[in-house]
Amino acid sequence: MRRTLALVGLAAGPVLVLAVFFVLPVGGMLAQGVWPDGRFDPGAVLDVLARPRTRRVVWFTVWSAGLATLVSVLLGLPAAYVLHRLAFPGRAAVRAALLVPFVLPTVVVGVAFRQLLGEAGPLGFLGFDGTPVAIVAGLAFFNVAVVIRTVGATWESLDARPAEAAAALGASPRQVFLTVTLPALRPALVSAASVVFLFCATSFGVVLTLGGLRYSSVESEIYLLTTQLLDLPAAAALSLVQLAAVTVLLTLASRLRATPDPSTARQVARPGRPRRADLPQVAATVTLLALVAAPVLALLLGSLRVDDAWGLAHYRGLTDAESGQALLVPVTEALVTSLRTAVDATWMALLLGGLVALVVTRRSRTRAERRVRGVLDGFFMLPLGVSAVTLGFGFLVTLDEPPLALRDSPLLVPVAQALVALPLVVRTLVPVLSSVDDRQRQAAASLGAGPLRVLATVDLPVVWRPLLAAAGFAFAVSLGEFGATAFLARDEHPTLPVVIFQLIGRPGAENYGMALAASVVLAATTALVMLLVERLRVPSVGAF
Amino acid sequence: MTGLEVRDLTVAYDGVPAVVDATVDVPDGSVLAVLGPSGCGKSTLLRAVAGLEPPTAGTIAWDGRDLAGVPTHKRGFALMFQDGQLFGHLTVARNVGYALRIRRASGIAARVDELLALVGLEGYGDRLPATLSGGERQRVALARSLAVEPRLLLLDEPLSALDAGLRERLAGDLREILRAAGTTALLVTHDHEEAFAVADRLAVMRSGRIVQQGEIGEVWRAPVDAETALFLGYARVLEGEAAARLGADHPAIAVRRSALRVDDGGHLVGTVVSARATPEQVRLVVDVEGIGEVDAVGPLDRHPGPGESVRLSVDHTRTAPIRRDASQPGP
Repeated sequence: MRRTLALVGLAAGPVLVLAVFFVLPVGGMLAQGVWPDGRFDPGAVLDVLARPRTRRVVWFTVWSAGLATLVSVLLGLPAAYVLHRLAFPGRAAVRAALLVPFVLPTVVVGVAFRQLLGEAGPLGFLGFDGTPVAIVAGLAFFNVAVVIRTVGATWESLDARPAEAAAALGASPRQVFLTVTLPALRPALVSAASVVFLFCATSFGVVLTLGGLRYSSVESEIYLLTTQLLDLPAAAALSLVQLAAVTVLLTLASRLRATPDPSTARQVARPGRPRRADLPQVAATVTLLALVAAPVLALLLGSLRVDDAWGLAHYRGLTDAESGQALLVPVTEALVTSLRTAVDATWMALLLGGLVALVVTRRSRTRAERRVRGVLDGFFMLPLGVSAVTLGFGFLVTLDEPPLALRDSPLLVPVAQALVALPLVVRTLVPVLSSVDDRQRQAAASLGAGPLRVLATVDLPVVWRPLLAAAGFAFAVSLGEFGATAFLARDEHPTLPVVIFQLIGRPGAENYGMALAASVVLAATTALVMLLVERLRVPSVGAF
Repeated sequence: MTGLEVRDLTVAYDGVPAVVDATVDVPDGSVLAVLGPSGCGKSTLLRAVAGLEPPTAGTIAWDGRDLAGVPTHKRGFALMFQDGQLFGHLTVARNVGYALRIRRASGIAARVDELLALVGLEGYGDRLPATLSGGERQRVALARSLAVEPRLLLLDEPLSALDAGLRERLAGDLREILRAAGTTALLVTHDHEEAFAVADRLAVMRSGRIVQQGEIGEVWRAPVDAETALFLGYARVLEGEAAARLGADHPAIAVRRSALRVDDGGHLVGTVVSARATPEQVRLVVDVEGIGEVDAVGPLDRHPGPGESVRLSVDHTRTAPIRRDASQPGP
């Protein structure tokens, strides 16, 4: 009974927060569709789904996300091997470099790809600008890190002996890979693929900046319907479809996400030196690195190009309120706002995520208890897949009346960003906490340690690094968050991604140059944070 | 020579040698046990033979052909791990047939049934490894290793993960299965009983070096030094004067716990320090004049208490001479 009460007590805080700031807004948004005028009318939803444009949008979302997932897996698998099974100088830097795209602000990625593929760009001759190819490339650019991280973490901790036993039984390296290693990696692969598909299918910034009005995914369509066409029922209908698909995918991913049993001893092989047989994988990784570097370089070079000469004018413009005529605040001030917001979002995400991770990793005594923890785990993953646009707009429609009149609260943006970062924090901490053999806690308790003391002696030493890493990760994600922030940021206090988006939308080479420069600043800041995170060597960062 | 020849093998990890100048032979059809404490390098030796660790120096040859550069999967050996390492996603039958499928052999199903019968697991074909007990898993691993009749079977502590009673039974089974199949095998273990139960030749390894090898009885009868004797299960090693009093003509003698027995006609006299009854005999620690404290056994009907005086006789089948002084370093 006391255990149950303790469980409920610990879980109550996060659940309440998620109820007010997630379920309520999203529910309010969905209600706009199903209860258009205070009456229950599912017909409106069905009408929207029957529209040819809706069908086209859904189909585009499915195939572009599917293709991007496939590309991410094919590019990520060899890199996962090279970065997690081979030892070579500079490995940590390459790992960090490949994780940066994942936290880059979507707007920045959009700008970088346009800079690379646009008519004036170095790859402009390919004619990919504004085509689905660009969108798929942008999505894969973002998500290949998820595959590398998720599969790599599993690969790194695989017991080496089954593969050795197979080799001793006469299996060639290729046969060992196909019959032993790949089946062992399959859960991680499927889990990574489903999460990547989820990210691709709910991607907003990339499709909006690269696809414009011609190509629209469900997510960007929701944005257009809400903000441009003011067709709330249609937006709600699409959100419903999205929510259903997300729930299915998340369930699938969580089923396949197996945490290794901490009480079984495994012999993990240390990463070996690259050998000649590793040449194809190394070549693939170098190619991937080049593919990832290309848009970033294009962005950097573009920001230094002032009227056909090299110069720093665009950067100087960032500090000057006059140069960005149409902007309310200088870009540097937006950066300060971004950093402040990110700090707030980070502590919120850490506090919530820490509690959630603690609750879901405690050992369950009964089947019912285990089920409750499982449901909680899934519940807190929901923000991962639910459209940030739905969330942001939901905030606007539901949190505007007392007692929840929070529309003008300066904490609204950080709260929304914390919710977006929450699943990432949870997924970083849960594998670490559940890798602690529960008998360690029992031993501490039997020696007279109370629950808090157990936490301090057993869990804290293991979890402080992942906690720091999760903080950095949440900070980076919050810096780049655009979907929800686009709705919620107040005009006089925009964040950096919002300003970049505004700058792109304005005519004039000067504005565009400033957008590039601001993008470089934002990318450099997030990259720096991720480099620090990588130094903490926490394998579960970015793995699902 | 036919069979395995390891010559002057050195294997180092990051410059730290795990195996030093090891030379062992496993003639075709024989079973060699490499016996040594944990961390002595015996598993590294096995992995080097399997081709999983590159040698720093020395050669490994089969039937006179050097195996350097031959990858693991082309050596025609089979490796069986301490805990079996069955492939968890495959059924028992698919595990056992794994090597056969790789070689695209025909009649796989029949051969798998035959192998399962050999290890006493008929009808287990459709089970998954997770549903098996530890002993059953080891049997499946053995059947899997034997499937393609490997030229050499490498066994890494095959029975250590099992509990005592099961280990004893399975050791006997393992010996019979290896004999029946005429398999050449190299076994590494830290348990001398396991080595005696399964092997017919023994190599003793310590700190990366092979300190003694030969027929199992020979090694047993004449351990090369005190440490080896203690590792082979001898209770104590007596030196100098004490050894001479036991009738040894060598500088040292190793005695088993039951080498001295209570015997009213015995020529040694001592005082009982402690006595403990076991189901078969009484175990004593006796302070013998001129020797010091030694172990002894007595029949159950005599249970001398501490302080009592007893006479002891020596059973020379339970002692072993040690030719080299314990204070000398190994070879």
